[in-house]
Amino acid sequence: MKDRIYFYPIWVRSWHAINALMFLVLIFTGFSIQYATTSVSWIRFDRAVVVHDIAGLILTFNYLIFLFGNILSDNGRFYRFTLKGGLNRLIQQFHFYTMGIFKGAPYPFPINKYRKFNPLQKLTYLLSMYLGIPLMIITGLTLYFPAVFNLIGLTSLVISDLIHILLGYFLSIFMVIHVYFCTIGHTVTSNFKSMLNGWHELH
Amino acid sequence: MKKKRVILLLALLLLLPFILYTPVSVRAQEGQAARKDSTGKDKHKERVYTNKTENNVCLKCHSKTHIEYMAEGATKVYKQKMFSECIIDTNLFYNANHWNFKCTDCHSDEYSTFPHKGELRFEEKPGCLDCHAGDPQYAQFNFEKIDEEFKKSIHFQRQGGSFSCWACHDGHYYKINARNRQENILAAIEYDNNICLSCHANIQKYQLITNKVNPNILQKHEWLPNQPNHFKHVRCIECHAQVNDSLMVAHNIQPKSKAVKKCAECHSGNSRLMASLYKYQLENQGKYSLPESGFTNEPVIIGGKRNGLLKLLGNIALLLTIVVVVIHSTLRIVSKKN
Ligand code: HEC
Ligand code: HEC
Ligand code: HEC
Ligand code: HEC
Ligand code: HEC
Ligand code: HEC
Ligand code: HEC
Ligand code: HEM
Repeated sequence: MKDRIYFYPIWVRSWHAINALMFLVLIFTGFSIQYATTSVSWIRFDRAVVVHDIAGLILTFNYLIFLFGNILSDNGRFYRFTLKGGLNRLIQQFHFYTMGIFKGAPYPFPINKYRKFNPLQKLTYLLSMYLGIPLMIITGLTLYFPAVFNLIGLTSLVISDLIHILLGYFLSIFMVIHVYFCTIGHTVTSNFKSMLNGWHELH
Repeated sequence: MKKKRVILLLALLLLLPFILYTPVSVRAQEGQAARKDSTGKDKHKERVYTNKTENNVCLKCHSKTHIEYMAEGATKVYKQKMFSECIIDTNLFYNANHWNFKCTDCHSDEYSTFPHKGELRFEEKPGCLDCHAGDPQYAQFNFEKIDEEFKKSIHFQRQGGSFSCWACHDGHYYKINARNRQENILAAIEYDNNICLSCHANIQKYQLITNKVNPNILQKHEWLPNQPNHFKHVRCIECHAQVNDSLMVAHNIQPKSKAVKKCAECHSGNSRLMASLYKYQLENQGKYSLPESGFTNEPVIIGGKRNGLLKLLGNIALLLTIVVVVIHSTLRIVSKKN
C-alpha cells in the first residue's frame, strides 16, 4: 500500500464534486443565456436564469468550504507557489507535457507527500481558485443584486458583465484542460478514482 | 504564518470590489440633465413668459389650498377649501410643454367669473390634433400617426371618447421626456411609467374611466424576476405597445394577451428595446459612441448584443483548446507512452 497517498479528504472531495457539477450547470445555462433567442433556445431564458442563479449561489457557498478548508487544514500548503525559480519549473513541466510525455520521459516533479500538484497544476489551480472564482462570484453578485451595489455607489454593471463573461471563458478553458490532464495519471482513470475514494495512486 | 495568510486573503477579497469599480457621480448629474435639452443648453433661460399676469386671475384661487372670495355687494369674505384636483402646481405648469399658455387657451373664457357656470364643466377640451395636426413645426412627432395608433389601442377600443390623449398627457404638466433626457434614461423611464401608473395604481383615476376593478399591477407582473429592477429599467410600453418604426414612442397599447412575456424579446441579440427604449439614443449618437454620462451608466441587458466580439473570441479559444486536447490525446495514444 506504499504507492498510495490519502490526498483528498472527504471535504475536498465533496467540495469538488459540488463544484464540478455546479460548474457544468453554470457553463451550460450561461451559454444558453448569452445566446438567447425568441425562436430556438436550449432552455427557456427565464428557466436558464433561475437555474444559473441557484447554481451560482450554491457554488458561492461551496467556495467558502474550499476557502476556509484550505485556511484551516493542511491542504492549503499545496497551493503555496514559490516565485523563485518558478518560471523555470513551469517551463520544465511544459516541456514534459509537450515533448517528454510522448517519449516516456520521467515526470520532472513526481508527486509525493509534500508535493500534491506539479508546478503547472499548482499555478492554474491557484489562479482559478483564488483569483478566477472569487472575481466570478463578486461580479455575479453585482449582476444579481444590482440595486444593492447601486446603493453603495458601485454601479458599473458594464464592467462586471464584461469580467463575468471573460472569466466564464477562462474558467471553461481551464476546466477542459484540467479534466483532460486528470487523464494523465497512473492509468487514464486513476485520478478520477482518487477524487472518489481519496487515495492518490503514485506512478 | 497562517494568521498572516488569513488576513491577507480576507483583505484582498474585501478590496477587490473597490479596485474594480469607480463610483460614478451619475446621480449628481441627474438633476442637471433633466433641465437641459438635447443640445445641452438650458432652454428655460431663454423663455419669455407673456401670460403670467393673465393667468394669475385664475391662479390666485387655483394655486392655493383654499379660496377667498368677495361676492359683489357682499359684506363678508367667502372662504372655501380648494379641491386638491383643482390645485395647479405653477412651477410644473410653467415648465411644461405648454409653458406659455393662457388658462383660457384650453378652458372657456367664462371661467373668469366665479362661481363658475355649471354648464362649463361639460365643455370639450381641445384635442392635441386641433392645434398640432399638419403643423410642419411638429412633423418630427408625427401627431397624425400617433393619433392613428392611439385609435387602435386597447384604451380607445374599449373606452372610446372618454379616453383621450389627455388621459395620459396631463393637461397642465405634460412635458416631453424621452427626447429631452437621453442622458438620464432612468428618469425618463420613471416619468413614462408614472403616466401609466397614475391610473393603473390609482383606483380613483382608473374608475373615472371604468367601473371595473383595477388589477394589482405588482401582482400581475410577479413573474418578472427582480421586478422592481425591471420596472426601473424598462417602460410599460416596451411590453404593452406595438413597436412602430415611424414613431419615437409607440402608442398602440395592446390587450394583455399580446403583451411581451418572452424574456428573449429583450434579452437577445435583436432586442426589441433597440427599436423602442434605446431608439432615440441610437439614432442620435450612432451605435458605437458612448452616452455622455460615461459608459458606466449604460444599461446591461443580459443576453444582448453586448460583448459580441469577446464572445466570438472566447468561443474560438474554447474550440482551439478542445482541438489541442484532441491532438494531444491522439499523440499520447499513438506514442503509447502514457
Ligand atoms: C375665486 C376663485 C376662482 C377663480 C378666480 C377661478 N376659479 Fe376655477 N374654480 C374655483 C373653485 C372653487 C372650483 C371648484 C369647483 C366649483 O366650485 O365650480 C373651480 C373649478 C374650476 C374648474 C373645474 C370645473 C369642473 O368642475 O370641471 C376649472 C376648469 C376652472 N375652475 C378653471 C378656471 C379658470 C380657467 C379660471 C381663470 C380664468 C378660474 N377657474 C378662476 C375657483 C376659482
Ligand atoms: C393645454 C391645455 C390646458 C391649459 C393651458 C390649462 N388647462 Fe386646465 N385642463 C386641461 C384639460 C385637458 C383638463 C381636463 C383634465 C381631465 O379631464 O382629466 C383640465 C382640467 C382643469 C381643471 C379641473 C381639474 C380636474 O381634475 O377636474 C382645472 C381646475 C383646471 N384645468 C385649471 C386650469 C388653470 C387654472 C389653468 C391655467 C393656469 C389651466 N387649467 C390651463 C387643459 C388645460
Ligand atoms: C391649444 C393648442 C394646443 C393643444 C390643444 C395642444 N398643444 Fe401642444 N403645443 C401647442 C403650442 C403652441 C406649442 C409650442 C409651445 C412652445 O412655445 O414651446 C406646443 C408644444 C407642444 C410640444 C413641445 C414641442 C417642443 O418642441 O418642445 C409637444 C410635445 C406638444 N405640444 C404635445 C401636445 C400634446 C400631446 C397635446 C395633447 C395632449 C397637445 N400638445 C395639445 C399647442 C397646443
Ligand atoms: C396610454 C397613454 C397615452 C395616451 C392615451 C397617449 N399618449 Fe402620447 N405618450 C405617452 C407616453 C408614455 C409618452 C412618452 C413621453 C415621453 O417620454 O416623452 C408619449 C409621448 C407622446 C409624444 C412625444 C413623442 C416624441 O416623439 O417625443 C407625443 C407627441 C404624443 N405622445 C402625442 C399623443 C397624442 C396626440 C395622443 C392622442 C392621440 C396621445 N399621445 C395619447 C402615452 C400616451
Ligand atoms: C386614464 C387612466 C389610464 C391610463 C393613464 C392608462 N391606462 Fe391602461 N387602462 C385603463 C383602464 C380603465 C383599462 C381597462 C379598460 C377596459 O378593460 O375596459 C386599461 C387597460 C389597459 C390594458 C389592457 C388590459 C387588458 O385587460 O387587456 C393594458 C395592457 C394597459 N391598460 C396598459 C397601459 C399602459 C402601458 C399605460 C401607459 C402608457 C396605461 N395603460 C395608461 C386606464 C388607464
Ligand atoms: C416585461 C414586460 C412587461 C412590462 C415591463 C410591463 N408589463 Fe404589464 N403585463 C405584461 C404581461 C406579459 C401581462 C399579461 C400577464 C398575464 O396575462 O398573466 C401584463 C399584464 C398587464 C395588465 C393587465 C392585468 C390584468 O390581468 O388585467 C396591465 C393593466 C398591465 N400589465 C400594465 C402594466 C403597467 C402599467 C406597466 C408599467 C408599470 C407594465 N404593465 C409593465 C408584461 C409587462
Ligand atoms: C421589456 C424588456 C425585458 C423583458 C421582456 C425582460 N427583461 Fe430582464 N431586463 C431588461 C433590462 C433592460 C434589464 C436591465 C437593465 C440594467 O440593469 O441595466 C434587465 C435585467 C434583467 C436581469 C439582471 C438584473 C436583475 O434584475 O437581476 C435578469 C436576471 C433578467 N432581466 C431576467 C429576465 C427574465 C427571466 C425575463 C423573462 C421572464 C426578463 N428578464 C424579461 C429588460 C427586459
Ligand atoms: C467535471 C469536471 C471536473 C472533473 C472531472 C475534475 C476532476 C478532478 C480530479 C480527478 C482531480 C484530482 C487530480 C488533481 O488533484 O489534480 C481534481 C482536483 C481538483 N480540481 Fe477538478 N475536476 C472537474 C472540475 C473542476 C473545476 C470546475 C474546478 C475549479 C474551478 C476544479 C478544481 C480542482 C482543484 C482545485 C483540484 C485540487 C483539489 C485539491 O486536492 O486541493 N475541478 N479534479
